[in-house]
Formats: sequence, C-alpha cells, structure tokens
Amino acid sequence: MSAPLLEVADLAVTLPVEGERRTVLHDVSLAIGPGEALGLVGESGSGKSMTARAVARLLPGGAAVTGSIRFDGTDVTALRGGELRAYRRSVAMVFQDPRAHVNPVRRIGDFLTEGLRLRGVARAEAARRAVAALADVGIPDGERRLRQYPHELSGGLLQRVMIAAALLAEPRLVLADEPTTALDVTTQSEVMAIIDELRRERGLALLFITHDLDLAAAVCDRIAVMYAGAIVEERAAAVLHDDPLHPYSAALAAARPAVDRTLPRLAAVRGRLVSAFEAPAGCAFAPRCAHAQDRCAAELPPLRPLDGGAVRCARAEELRGRLAPQEVAGG
Amino acid sequence: MVAFVLRRLALLVVALLVSSFVIFAGLQLAPGDPLAALSGGRSLPPEALEALRAQYRLDDPFLVQYGNWLVHAVQGDLGQSIAQRHDVATIIGERIGVTAQLVALAAVIILVAGVGLGVLAGLRRGPVDAAVLVVTTLLAAIPSFVAAIVLMSVFAVQLGWFPAVGAGDGFADRLHHLVLPAIALAASALAIVARVTRASVREELEREHVETAVSRGLPRRLVLRRHVLRNAAIPIATVSGITILSLIALSAVVERAFGINGLGATLVQAAAAKDLALVQGISLVLVAAFVVGNTLVDLVYAVLDPRVTVGSRAA
Repeated sequence: MSAPLLEVADLAVTLPVEGERRTVLHDVSLAIGPGEALGLVGESGSGKSMTARAVARLLPGGAAVTGSIRFDGTDVTALRGGELRAYRRSVAMVFQDPRAHVNPVRRIGDFLTEGLRLRGVARAEAARRAVAALADVGIPDGERRLRQYPHELSGGLLQRVMIAAALLAEPRLVLADEPTTALDVTTQSEVMAIIDELRRERGLALLFITHDLDLAAAVCDRIAVMYAGAIVEERAAAVLHDDPLHPYSAALAAARPAVDRTLPRLAAVRGRLVSAFEAPAGCAFAPRCAHAQDRCAAELPPLRPLDGGAVRCARAEELRGRLAPQEVAGG
Repeated sequence: MVAFVLRRLALLVVALLVSSFVIFAGLQLAPGDPLAALSGGRSLPPEALEALRAQYRLDDPFLVQYGNWLVHAVQGDLGQSIAQRHDVATIIGERIGVTAQLVALAAVIILVAGVGLGVLAGLRRGPVDAAVLVVTTLLAAIPSFVAAIVLMSVFAVQLGWFPAVGAGDGFADRLHHLVLPAIALAASALAIVARVTRASVREELEREHVETAVSRGLPRRLVLRRHVLRNAAIPIATVSGITILSLIALSAVVERAFGINGLGATLVQAAAAKDLALVQGISLVLVAAFVVGNTLVDLVYAVLDPRVTVGSRAA
C-alpha cells in the first residue's frame, strides 16, 4: 500500500459522563489508502461511530483524545479554525438518519449548494452541479427536487440527496456511518450500490461503518472488526468472512442468517456486548468466547500481524482454521 | 399556500363573529342599568325613561339588538356613548393611536431585548447564561403595575430622565413619554420570550442537522444563522406573537398607572360608568386586534416552517 490517506494510530477517546470519564475507544489503529475502502464492523456500542466522529472531528464537547489521526500527512487532532474547516470539506460524512441530518426547514437546493456557494461557486453554476449530482445518484428530476423540502422526499431519496451532497464537496475520503440502516431493505441495496459505484468511479477512499459483515465484505477492500472500543481483527475483505482469525469475527459471521437455507433458530452472539468503559481487564470478548482460557481474562493482547492481516487474540495461532462460521453457530 | 391563507382568513371571520357575539351578550347580561348612569342617580319620570329606552333601542329583543349593533359596527358605527354623549367610534379613533404606539414600542423591546438575551444565554454557557436566567426570573415575577410604580419612582421621580405621566405630543416627545410605560408593559413578556429563545437555541444546537452543517466545514456564524437561529425562529415567533398580543389587554393597567389616555384606560373608565356602548366598542376593537394579530402570527409561522402548510394543519 502506498502512503495512507488516513492513518489512525493508538486512538483512545474518553467522554465525561455524569462526572466521571468513560472510555469509549481505547485502542484503535487503522489506515486507508487513496481510493481504498475499509469496512468498520461491530455491534452497536462497539465504538464504530465514535471512531468516525473522531476522524471527522465531531466528538462531543469534553471528549479527551489521545493517539494520532493523520490525513494526508497532517495531524488532524491539532487543526483549529479555518484549517479545521478546510479539512472537514475534504472529508465528507454520510450519516445514518437522513431525516434528522438534513435541515427540515431549508430546501433540498439549499442543502446541496450550501458547500459550493461557500467555495465561491456562482448560484446558477451551483444549481447546475447539484442537478448533475442528483442525476448521478439516480434522481432524474433534479430541477424539481431542488425546490422541494426534505419532508416531501422519502427516506431513500433523502439518503441519495445526502450522498449527492457528499460528492458535491469533492472529498478525498467519505465517512459513511451506517448509511443504509434507517432505510427499508430494497432501498438499502440501491443506496449501497450507488455508494459503491460512485466511489469506484471517482477513486474516493471510504470508511464504511456497518454492523453487517457480509455487506462490508461486498463493498470494501479490507475489514476491521471492532469490539468494546478496540479493533480485534483486520483482514482483506475476501478472506475475513470465511477464514476469521478472531473468535468474535467468527461469531459475527455466523450470526448472519444465510439466505439459502432455513434455520430452526437464528444464531446470535451469545452473551451481552460490553462497552469499552465496563470492559474487564483482559480480553473484553473473553466472557462471551467459546474458546476463552484463564489467560484471556488476565491480559489483553496487542493487535499483531498474522496471515496478511492483524488480530488481537492470544490463541489466534492455535485456533487458525478452526473458526469457520458454522462451528460457533448457535446460541 | 394560497389555500392555507384562504382557510386562515375564513377562520378569522368566524372568530370575529363569535367574539363579537360573546362581547355583546356578555355585557347585556352584566348587572346594572345603562340609564342609571345617564340619570346620574336621580329618578327620572317614566315618560323620560321611555323616551330614552326608545332612543337607545333598549326594548328590542336581544338578537335584534345584536343584529343592529353588528350591522352598524361593520359600517364603522359603534353607537353613542351614553355617559360621554359622543360617537363611540370617534372616541375610539382618538384613543387608539397612543395604545397602538405603546404596544408597538413594547413589542420592539420584547423582540430586541427578549430574543437578544435568549440567544446570548443559549449560545454562552456559564456566567452570561446564569445572569440572564436570574434577570428573567425576576422580570417574569413582577406584575406590570408593580413594574410601573418602580420605574416611575426611580427613572421619573428620582432621576428625572423620563416624564412620569401623560403621553406627550409629536414623535420625539411621545417616544420619550412612552419609554417607561412600554418597559413596564414588556417586562414579564420579555422574560418569557428570552426563556423560550434560550431553550430553542439550546435544542437546535444539539440537532443532528447542525452536526451535518459543522461536518461540512461551514463557518460557525453561518451554522448559527442558517441552521440554529433559523430553526429556533419557529417557536420564538409563536411565543413572541402570543405574548405581544396579550399586551393589548394588559395595556389598560399600564395606561392607568402612567395616566395615558389610551383605549385601555378608557375601557376601565367606561366600565366603571356602565357606559355599555363604549365598553362594547372598545372590547370589540381590542378583540379584533388580537384575532387579526393571531392570524398574522399563524401566517408568519407558515412562512417560517414549510412543513405546516403541506400537512394542512391549520390549527
């Protein structure tokens, strides 16, 4: 891989909650090359969105950040004022819930052209580009849409508008935070296809956040699996699903029902997800892990290279090849 | 939007009709004989009473009286004041100007100071916010007649900056005379508007769409103007509208306190004198002003929030 566009190293974030500091991320390292797509997968509360927010510098007030986030060689955590705004313009964010993330009292046209107008693009030219961007995301009657308000559009259309807005900013990196979770299933695949196609066409780097391992495998080059505020495995997307190195990745892969057979009962990862702040001293997944041993609870191993990827499991070598999805299925 | 406006205007007419009926009926039911005020306590001969009853048409059936009154009122004829022996419409015409100016000045104070303080407190946590909270709590707790007395004794009597009574003549003099009454009238409404503004600004700051605006690298002043204040303007407009309209009735208290010969003070005098036609006329004008103002607020609301008209929610 050439010099990465985004490089996150040893990122840790704590937030003040009811007077105490709670860890939401404690060890996140990842890299995305220019034009590369990285999937960030994990259950709700594992820290996926917090990682994206840290990268976009959208953490809530009072958040304490250690470690480094570098974008194209620049230290993102140190940016202030105009430099920070310029950085934000080169990183576009697609949020989960378009209904909440688009201002309801302003027209679609205002939403799409706001960024362009800020960069000095004339009104007519900005409108023309907005219509073209809408066409790119599969909305043909752009002229009419520009005059509409968000409540006049369906959720799927509005998410396409959000994607169009992200593309209009001509970013180098797109952060997509569960962009299809709030949509119905048929709309989900359409929106996902649009993101995938436009990204490849334009050579954009993508950080794709999802809880759906198969979806991430379909659109990403590599996948990082998160658990309790830390990355537990990172592999090429093609191999992670069928040959997971970490028991949690294996459990996630098994938890998605296959479409080609009927199961008497849906598989789930047994036990309850723990957040980073309540994680035990050792491996956070140990209490739910079928392969846990005493040493797992004692010490959290670092993320170390293995089989062309990286894994954070003390028994990774022993378990290699034994974590095929069906083996840990069941609940 | 056109349909929405037409619907609001139809509702406006209905509201005016209903309120005119309530005013007329309410005063007919009120105790006291209007002729007693005219006779000044003396007992008049039955023939004279009969003649007066016929002159003021006091013996017609209730609905006929209401119908007559309404038809004349629509034509601008509100009848004769029994006590002042004057055209009610003429009396109202002479007094309405100063009341309108008083309420308008109070409205400006509410919008500038109330919204200003609210935005300031909403954006700046810490001492500024705390100070605004203390001041608005104090203002909200003071009734307008107490505010009037305090303002008068401090700024008119002790410091001598403003006149204590009267309405003044000419623009500058009138403004000078109305500053203290307008502040007394505005004080508690200002506090409410400031509180609502503060809360709305806080709420909008936390909204996801504001996060989107920030994530796009928009300068803070644009984020605040286009996404925080623009959206917070919807509840602010509603509350400002209602509180300012409520001043129309409250103005009577302040006018009495500052010796201003406006509609409110005249209404109080007329009621004391059982001057039926004048009370009805002034009440009708005050209620009409409130109803029309309320319709205007609704229209402003529809302009500010595009979601209102489409959902056909007229209420």
